[in-house]
Amino acid sequence: MGRTLAEKVWDDHVVRRAEGEPDLLYIDLHLLHEVTSPQAFDGLRLAGRPVRRTDLTIATEDHNTPTLDIDKPIADPVSKVQLETLRKNAAEFGVRIHSLGDVEQGVVHVVGPQLGLTQPGMTVVCGDSHTSTHGAFGALAFGIGTSQVEHVLATQTLPLAPFRTMAITVEGELPEGVTAKDLILAIITKIGTGGGQGYVLEYRGSAIRSLSMEARMTICNMSIEAGARAGMIAPDDTTFAYLKGRPHAPQGEDWDAAVEYWRTLAGDEDAVFDAEVFIDANELTPFVTWGTNPGQGAPLGANVPHPEDFTDPQERIAAENALKYMGLEAGTPLREVAVDAVFVGSCTNGRIEDLRAAAAILDGRQVADGVRMLVVPGSVRVALQAVEEGLDKVFTAAGAEWRHAGCSMCLGMNPDQLAPGERCASTSNRNFEGRQGKGGRTHLVSPQVAAATALLGRLASPADLTDPVAVEA
Amino acid sequence: MEKFTTHTGRAVPLRRSNVDTDQIIPAHWLKKVTRSGFEDGLFEAWRKDEEFVLNRPERQGASVLVAGPEFGTGSSREHAVWALQNYGFQTVISSRFADIFRGNSLKNGLLTVVLPQETVERLWELTEADPTAEITVDLEAREVRAEGVTAGFELDDNVRWRLLNGLDDISITLQNEADIATFEATRPAYKPRTQPAA
Ligand code: SF4
Repeated sequence: MGRTLAEKVWDDHVVRRAEGEPDLLYIDLHLLHEVTSPQAFDGLRLAGRPVRRTDLTIATEDHNTPTLDIDKPIADPVSKVQLETLRKNAAEFGVRIHSLGDVEQGVVHVVGPQLGLTQPGMTVVCGDSHTSTHGAFGALAFGIGTSQVEHVLATQTLPLAPFRTMAITVEGELPEGVTAKDLILAIITKIGTGGGQGYVLEYRGSAIRSLSMEARMTICNMSIEAGARAGMIAPDDTTFAYLKGRPHAPQGEDWDAAVEYWRTLAGDEDAVFDAEVFIDANELTPFVTWGTNPGQGAPLGANVPHPEDFTDPQERIAAENALKYMGLEAGTPLREVAVDAVFVGSCTNGRIEDLRAAAAILDGRQVADGVRMLVVPGSVRVALQAVEEGLDKVFTAAGAEWRHAGCSMCLGMNPDQLAPGERCASTSNRNFEGRQGKGGRTHLVSPQVAAATALLGRLASPADLTDPVAVEA
Repeated sequence: MEKFTTHTGRAVPLRRSNVDTDQIIPAHWLKKVTRSGFEDGLFEAWRKDEEFVLNRPERQGASVLVAGPEFGTGSSREHAVWALQNYGFQTVISSRFADIFRGNSLKNGLLTVVLPQETVERLWELTEADPTAEITVDLEAREVRAEGVTAGFELDDNVRWRLLNGLDDISITLQNEADIATFEATRPAYKPRTQPAA
């Protein structure tokens, strides 16, 4: 019987298989950041174990890093300790690290791909649930807990229970103004935050094939928000073109050998998935969330739903709680929801293509009065590229704040936070209660919707701007 | 890791679905570099409300959390498990757990038990009617028992064996070090390295 992409990658990494035991899987790339690693290094130290493969391990600082005054000492003493702990651990165990101020520093899921470390057919792990991002390259990439971080540091393997496979087939063409972010938000609303549980999702179909690598990463990034173990997209010429020439991409004969292998990874014609979902790309419109989990979303043109619309009692209660927390009235058109802040950034939408899209909409226009807009590039490289293209000037001229790279307001571990009750249109991936700051309210949106929302001061898509009255408003 | 064989204790009913790990332990707690001291951060936002179930005097000392579906979604932070354990929970019962949270909990000896939603509802009703009611989670028999409730649960044999014996995954894996070395010897040259091999 044919195998799916995920099954092929899995099979290629089985170190040991024994009856009644989980498979022991080899890990090709282990990414570290400061939040989920200190206790793992402590464990190694206690047991007197080294890092088995420092050459397959890399660390970057992202969650706690400030996005202003990065040349000054870090103001928050606790953040400072955590960053210093990572630096100390990296030095002690011989792990490569990109610290604040380094040109390769940035959000871990932006850094791996841009260095060319993330490649098709690999197994990639990180103590971070959005490791699913790397699946855009046809890698089997998933988030792990700190105990597993320690396990990989010590053994470069993980014992893993098998997963199921789900195909998400998206046919057609995304209409003008509809992005990968809208697509993945629509998928999560359709299958629910637990819909992907136990599955590796494989996104396929003509609409996926036509997407750039950046867009594919946006989609795979949010697989975890549907509860999935991982998300994957079969590698193709778009993948190879993105990788070619990157610092860690294979070269010369190695490149040819790699591409030859990568081409064998696509799922077989007769491969069978455990579940299948179909989406018609042509029918999609810009999508936003109204609630406090990523599955509580709706088309921008819709109204805030009524809790009674949900037949499932748990979902009904969740909707009631969400509306209360979000300060929203059922039945209100989403387009009438006014925001205080707009955040463009994160490992979901903090890449150069995302910044270009937002800048194109802001160009020559002004952020609405009373709206604070933060633009945080996903990495220093992304920032440098944006500056080279003059995007930083477009942002600041429009009245947005241009910041240094990091996770920033995606989770508010650094000083970039919402005040209680503040409402934000955010290009990040989680609208959980308090995620962007205690009491903060988050609406997940695409970079395009974020930019249009900043201009109009209410949830909006770029199409709304063609109305000259609206632009004046 | 501590062994888990069987545990009996009073319960906390948490009637909420989709309790994500940001709710279990908010991000600002993640700056700590230890595995202990997270108990005050557990459900921090909700605990501001006096009426929140964890704050009720009759729930003090309870050690069995009976949660709604999709418990532990979101971030992979193992701190969520440590916070529950630091607070004193030995086991969590729900009809559905998020995968990463479940994996983390079982690695730390916090037994996550999956029961049908109807059974969870019955346990909620039982403990709400009588906060002193005890619930037993018996890993040996793979069974949850409480007054009027006897429910079997499933758990992978291998995971169960590790929990019952309190075994550490890393030492088990390192017993197969030779297999790892053999695998490494065949890793293709074109696979990237973060730095030249030492
Ligand atoms: S940008 Fe947000 S989601 Fe991505 S790694 Fe940072 S905190 Fe996590």
